[in-house]
Amino acid sequence: MSREQTGWVIRNVRVIDPFRDVDSIEDIYVKGEEIGEPSLSTDYSVVDGRDLWLVPRLTDMHVHFREPGFENKEDLLSGSRAAAAGGFTAVCTMPNTFPTIDIPSLVQWQRDQAKNIGLVRIFPIGAISKGQEGRELADLYQMACAGAVGFSDDGHPLRDARIMRAALGYSTTLGRPIIQHAEDPALSEGGVMHEGSVSQQLGLPGIPEEAESVMVWRDVELAGLTGGLLHVAHVSAQGSLEALDYAKRRGLRVTAEVSPHHLFLTDAMIREWNFKPVTKVNPPLRPDGTRQLLIQAVRRGLIPVIASDHAPHHQDEKDRPYNEAPFGISGLETFIGTILGVFIVDGLLDPLSLFRLVTVEPHKVLGLEYPGLTVGAPADFTLIDPQAKWVVDGKKFYSRGKNTPLEGTWLQGRPVATMVGGQWTMRDQEVLR
Amino acid sequence: MQDLVALESLSTQDIESLLDLSQNMAEILDRPIKKVPTLRGKAVVNLFFEPSTRTRNSFELAAKYLSADVINVQQSGSSVEKGETLWDTARNLSEMAVDGVIVRHQVSGVPQQLADILDIPVINAGDGSHEHPTQGLLDALTISQAKGSLAGLKVAIVGDVLHSRVARSDIHVLLALGAHVVLVGPPTVLPESYEELGVEVTTDLRRALSDADAIQVLRLQKERQNSGEIPSLWEYRLRWGITSQTVSWAKPDAVILHPGPQNRGVEIDSDILESSRSWVLRQVRNGVAVRMAVLFRLLGGGRGDE
Ligand SMILES: [Zn+2]
Repeated sequence: MSREQTGWVIRNVRVIDPFRDVDSIEDIYVKGEEIGEPSLSTDYSVVDGRDLWLVPRLTDMHVHFREPGFENKEDLLSGSRAAAAGGFTAVCTMPNTFPTIDIPSLVQWQRDQAKNIGLVRIFPIGAISKGQEGRELADLYQMACAGAVGFSDDGHPLRDARIMRAALGYSTTLGRPIIQHAEDPALSEGGVMHEGSVSQQLGLPGIPEEAESVMVWRDVELAGLTGGLLHVAHVSAQGSLEALDYAKRRGLRVTAEVSPHHLFLTDAMIREWNFKPVTKVNPPLRPDGTRQLLIQAVRRGLIPVIASDHAPHHQDEKDRPYNEAPFGISGLETFIGTILGVFIVDGLLDPLSLFRLVTVEPHKVLGLEYPGLTVGAPADFTLIDPQAKWVVDGKKFYSRGKNTPLEGTWLQGRPVATMVGGQWTMRDQEVLR
Repeated sequence: MQDLVALESLSTQDIESLLDLSQNMAEILDRPIKKVPTLRGKAVVNLFFEPSTRTRNSFELAAKYLSADVINVQQSGSSVEKGETLWDTARNLSEMAVDGVIVRHQVSGVPQQLADILDIPVINAGDGSHEHPTQGLLDALTISQAKGSLAGLKVAIVGDVLHSRVARSDIHVLLALGAHVVLVGPPTVLPESYEELGVEVTTDLRRALSDADAIQVLRLQKERQNSGEIPSLWEYRLRWGITSQTVSWAKPDAVILHPGPQNRGVEIDSDILESSRSWVLRQVRNGVAVRMAVLFRLLGGGRGDE
């Protein structure tokens, strides 16, 4: 990212900086790529920050950018633009591409591409097993050296307990987590939505919550056996919360994330959308009882991270009979509006606590460093208008994936500007590259 | 009423008026000359993505008795393989000035999705495990012909309810008309959440059949054994089969229904099927009447009362 001569000052902005545990009105100076000293110089371009929030290093640790291999769904450029539009300064890309990101050179390639694009910091996730086939461990060490910040066979649950045990064992030597998409395929096979009264009444094949939770329990036991770093992706089951509670009591190194759609929507949406597969996502949307428990688990710190599981698909693929359409929601550009709607509008969390889940907590999980908004820190932050009311329109997404069950929904709160390394990547919903 | 996708979304009034009309149509079927000119000049498509000669023939006859033209389109395999999507197929047919589409598909929800994109009426001829509304209507018509009215009757639906579109349509029409519905079958294929709708759900066949006025026997798909949901057809027959012994638990004048085709000796014994309690042939006849009523109501034969 090239050095700018003139700096910026964001005046009278509400700074919500979970890295320093600060929530106060400040002026933020940007000089070159970094946060600068306060200055009386008039060389700084002024941005009026009144009524806006400024949050550093918003990070989405679970996105699918599909490149290489599935560029009709998304690529690193379109995904990066979606991230910038959604207010993110950093993302972690999942390795279920073609070829799979399972060797160091592919990790390096993704990072080089991201640097050229320059819209968002990309921290790649490498595969746990070669080809994500679940049979042999990939070279986790060399991928970590090349910049992988975690490992996951996401999309393909790691069903072999022996390989999972080995991966967790290795994670202790790397300081990077094993991120599991927990799903017992024997219990979920053929399922397309949550198994419960709605699936039974619509006659759609169901996926019980236990398909997820039995594997979370197993993995927690393996984390106990190995001392490994386990991160449970997109938690969506009551039993998984019990397992996380148990892990916490035992003091295991187990963390978890939840996706905004599981906090905001329920399986009743499948009926409301008249079988349109925009609601089809894995893990599936759950009933309201589970949704409430997930929200509580976030509030009491049991789930420390919120991540989008941004899973774009081409319109033609989503436009199929329900059973045949692929799983996934394009989630980057509705993320902030959704989580503000769930936690802030209803007063369930204060902004500082909420933004911990998308800043300092994912950094901790992944072993990443960021000092917060201190002089010399990379100038990565997002300006958010917490009052803005807007209607979701998938056609306007920067992502190639227009697939959202929030289409036509009113949200409150949206990012209005994003800066990465001292460069604006988005202003007023306009991505600047 | 614009389409007939699911009985769940129909009002009791709609259901009653369709059943009255079906009864009139049944009387037309008793005439020596059945053909009436009501839908002359109208064309309907039988768009079947899953083979079913019985249902297709029934719709075809119904349309022809009303003097409509019928085109049969049989498609197999998934739409994906063909390149052309199912929506393209339907849109093309609709452009050919067809007046209605009758659709059968192995995936739940496809008729609803079609109804959302097509301007012409869509009639669901069975979608996945979701609904089979004309079957639900013909079952209700048959029971009411046998018993006079459905209000207060106990109707047992026996078998693989979870995968049955027939059961779902039956439940909605029977509840709407005031029947008491009991679902019974193996625990692996019993959707227990129907209790929320006031339906009794049990694995105990004797309990389900006691005092029953009507028994709907569902077809057991052989694949339930391969999927591990039942141990064997023999075990199934032993515990949930309708035999002369189990049928004796019901009221002496209880009627037996089956949507067909039957697996004789599995879910139902031949002697029961051929007994005087069995109304399965009347179901077949009523199927044509109900489909005539639905086509008449949706394809412009209506009396402007909707
Ligand atoms: Zn996943």
